[in-house]
Parts: sequence; structure tokens; C-alpha cells
Amino acid sequence: MTRVSTRAAQLRAHFEQLGALPVETSILQPAGTLLDLYGEDIRGRAYITSDALRGEQMLRPDFTVPVVQMHMEAGADPARYTYAGTVFRRQDDEESRPNEYTQVGYEMFDRAEPISADAEVFASITQALGAAPVKAATGDIGILVAAVSALETSEARKGALLRHIWRPQKFRALLEQFSTPSVARDVLGLDNPFENAGPEIGLRRTSDVKDRLDELRADAQITPISKTVVDLLDALLNIRAMLPLAVAQLWDLAVEMPAIGPAVERLGARMIALKTRGVDIEKIEFATSYGRSLMEYYDGFVFGFYAETRTDLPPIATGGRYDALTKQLGQGAEIPAVGGVIRPDLLLDLEGAA
Amino acid sequence: MTIKLGVPSKGRLMEKTFTWFGERGVELSRTGSDREYAGAVRGVGGVELVLLSAGEIPRELAAGRIHLGVTGTDLIREKLSNWEQRVEELALLGFGYADLIIAVPDFWVDVRTLDDLDAAAAKFRARNNFRLRIATKYHRLIREYLRQNGVADYQLVDSQGATEGTVKNETAEAVADITSTGETLRANHLRLLDDGPALRSQATLFKALNVNLSDAERKDLADLLTTLGLT
Repeated sequence: MTRVSTRAAQLRAHFEQLGALPVETSILQPAGTLLDLYGEDIRGRAYITSDALRGEQMLRPDFTVPVVQMHMEAGADPARYTYAGTVFRRQDDEESRPNEYTQVGYEMFDRAEPISADAEVFASITQALGAAPVKAATGDIGILVAAVSALETSEARKGALLRHIWRPQKFRALLEQFSTPSVARDVLGLDNPFENAGPEIGLRRTSDVKDRLDELRADAQITPISKTVVDLLDALLNIRAMLPLAVAQLWDLAVEMPAIGPAVERLGARMIALKTRGVDIEKIEFATSYGRSLMEYYDGFVFGFYAETRTDLPPIATGGRYDALTKQLGQGAEIPAVGGVIRPDLLLDLEGAA
Repeated sequence: MTIKLGVPSKGRLMEKTFTWFGERGVELSRTGSDREYAGAVRGVGGVELVLLSAGEIPRELAAGRIHLGVTGTDLIREKLSNWEQRVEELALLGFGYADLIIAVPDFWVDVRTLDDLDAAAAKFRARNNFRLRIATKYHRLIREYLRQNGVADYQLVDSQGATEGTVKNETAEAVADITSTGETLRANHLRLLDDGPALRSQATLFKALNVNLSDAERKDLADLLTTLGLT
């Protein structure tokens, strides 16, 4: 543990030298906020405890949420923060995975220059990892969001797809459903759909049911998404190459999908910004699908650093842009944010092996 | 030491378990007063009957404090992670049938499937500023089932009893519970989703894995299983 905390302190000092303010957060976090953000899944991943006074508390599963809250309450942007400490992850199924480990993080809040901030965070983490034998995988959820937002279909269908970007299987099922003619439900043809149904009970009211029936009625009239468009989306989702080549492939696709143009332009600009900061862009992999199951709320640039030879290890570092999270936490007040965390225990493993 | 067989301590589940073993030549009975949880085994040697709450049998099996146990598949899966690595199913006993189901108010005529539930939950959350609540005591099973089926924007609220009443009381919008007939659901104006149950459960005889047995115990266990016709 001493080795890990020493290494963690070094990493945090590295981020402090880059201008980050060191911060600390409580280990116990109010469960309500995290549950509202991450949903029921977080219960399977975090330890929950409680007392009669404060109700349910979670042993912090990450630092991101408390750091964002701290910044939103008091901080002025642009701001850079760093922290080092233990996070706790409940492990019900994998005995080999630790249920507590150290994370060192670097978070950046900057309204003015998001692309430059993305590159800065990535370059700072690359630098912190030093000579450790790792390779980087990256993605950009913004490209998929742009493609879906521009689909020629109803707002409701686009909304459903966007909502499930982070659940690839469900996204796929929805896409299939929306690209085949819809089967009208019997209930939509009834004069009084509530005739044989039970009484109104609970907080979801009859008006809510009626609203959704109207939506279903409208949805039954929507022209299916064409096979050509589905194929294009598939081609987009299958792009996986070293960054410069991936950008070239995306530009090719943008000829047929002009809507992704601005997002690809941002990716290209980020690539240049990374290069300017001394990152070897030829060695970074890019995949359109990368990061979709990493964390909901990563909505732009996403990255992970993996041990080159130890494929059994979890990522040594991960991070990304999470504007959507600050929007949800701030109830409308949004602060563009990007950050990443390093696991010093895994880094030491690699450094020892090197 | 003896082979310890855990059996539900009460009601029909205990009686039917006794009958099932009896039909196979192993006579189980309660001893002492009606209130005393002690039992006797006749027909095989070296086996001890332990009467327990059905809900505690999974934990006792996993801990190796009992070697065999009768309980529901639902309880094993809810209470034990990696249950396949900790217990082995020896026999389905053919009673104690129960399905773990999700039910919604019957008047939700727009919600027939899990996909509908997901869509309704998204709207509900946007309108009410909190996630659609599903009352249950089967948190792990339901959470995993809904995750696999891509349902989001819901939350589970704990309900250890009278779960079907939670919707009318406005402490939940839907329920996930064990049902054998569905009558209680209908009486409370609730309806099952069309996707079928999240899990079909019945009384099952389980064997604890990862338990060290002496040679004598191993032989007693083998004899018992032979008598039961399970080898």
C-alpha cells in the first residue's frame, strides 16, 4: 500500500505542476445524487450504507461527481483539479477484482476551448504514465450522436436511439425496429382503449397513458429508416483504425453522411492539437464504438490506456468528456468538463515488469 | 460428523419436502413439540435434518454449514453471486412453483412489454423528475434482468411484503414479485408484462460445493443420493 500511495502522491504532484489544484472529497457520498445520475446499475457497483439521520450513503465509487459538485458550487472556470484517494467498488461476481483501490485524477473545466482541453488532459495523462508499456484506445461519442441526430425519422425515434447510445444491444434492437415497417397494435384501433382495463392507480396517470398512445399512433405512420442509412450507420460504427487513418475514413463517410462533418472536423482538430502537444498520433487507436459501455454521460472524446502485453489487466487509465453529466447535475447549468483517472497500483505492476 | 440436510422449517414447503423424501425411502420428521425446530431422519445413516427458514438455506449452503438444502431457485439466485460455483442443483422437486414477474397497472394499456416499460419510464422521469419506481425484494435478479433487456430510467424500491399494494399507495409505479397464480395481482389491478417471467422457480434440492468431507461423510452422502435415486 505504501508503494501505491507514494506513486499516487507522485502522480498528483505531476498534475499539480501542470497547474491543477489539489482537492479532497468525503468518502461517504449521499446515495440519492449518484442513484439519480447513474440509475439502479450503480447499486450493483457501489457499497451502500445508511444511518437514520442522513439515509443512504455510498462509499465513493469515483471522484468525478463530488469534484463536479465542488466546482459548480464554488469554482471559477477555467479550472484544473487533481486528487488521489481510494474508491470503492462492490464486487459480487469477480473475486479477483479489488473492491477498493487508489485513483489519481485530473479534471479540467473550460468553457472556451474544449478541443484544446481534450488534448491537454490526454497529453497530461500520457506524460504521467511515462515509459510504462501502454497503448491508447480512443473514441468520440459526439460522432455517433451527430449521425443519429440527423437521421430522417421522427424526433421520438431519434430521442430513443440517443438515450440508448450507451447500451449498444438495445441501440441495435431499436435500430432494427425502426428500420422495419411497424405493426399497428390492436389497442390503437379501439374506440375506448380503457374499456376492459382496470382503474387508474399510481402516479402514472391516464393522461400519461393517452399521451403515449398518441405517440404510438404517430409512430405507426413513420416511414422506416432505409437499409442504405442503416448500412451507413453500421459502416460508421465499424470504423476502427489508427487515428489518422480513422479520420480519413470518417471524411470518406461524411460524403454520404454530411451531418457528421462538424463532429469529424472536431476530431481532426483534436488530432492536430494532440500532435502539437507532442503526442504520437500514429500510435493512438480510434474506434467509433469505443467508450459506449464505459460510462453513460461520456458524450464526446473518450480514451483508455491499456497494458500492451498484459491483456488481463483492466485499463491503467481512462477518461473522457462528460458535459452531459455536469448538465444533469447542474439541473441545466452546464460546465464543459473533461478528465481522466490513473490507477497507480496497475501502473506500478507495469513499471515493475518493464 | 454427519451430512446436514437443510429443509424449510414451516408450512406446505416443509410438508411437501417431507413427502418427496418419504416417497424415495428417506423418512423426515419433526421431533419434539410443534414449536421446536428439531428433526429426525430414518432410512439412511449419518444424515441430520436441519430445519431452517427457506430464505436462509442459500447462505448456509454457501457457507458449507449444511451439505444439502431444499429451497427455491429464486432464492439461490437472488442471494448467492456466482451461484453455479457454490451450489449444484441435484433435483427439481416439482412443487413450490413460483415465477418472478414484473407487473404494471392494468390500465397502462400502452405497456405490454419491457420495451414499453422502458419508454414509459423515460417519459415518467422527464415529467416527474424522479425515476419510475419498481417495488421488489428481488433486487439483484430484477436489476440484472432489466439491465439485460435495456430498461433504463427506473429505480428499485424495497418492499418486503404487500408489494402489490405499493402502486395504489403511490410508493411505486410497478412491482416485481414472486407469484404462483397471479390472483393477488389481478385483485390489485395489476397485469403481467407479455415478455414472460424474469425467472421460473420451484423447490429444488441443492448440494453445497467447496465443502471438505471426510471419507465417512462422503460415503453417507453417496448412500443418501443413491437411496434418493439421484446417482
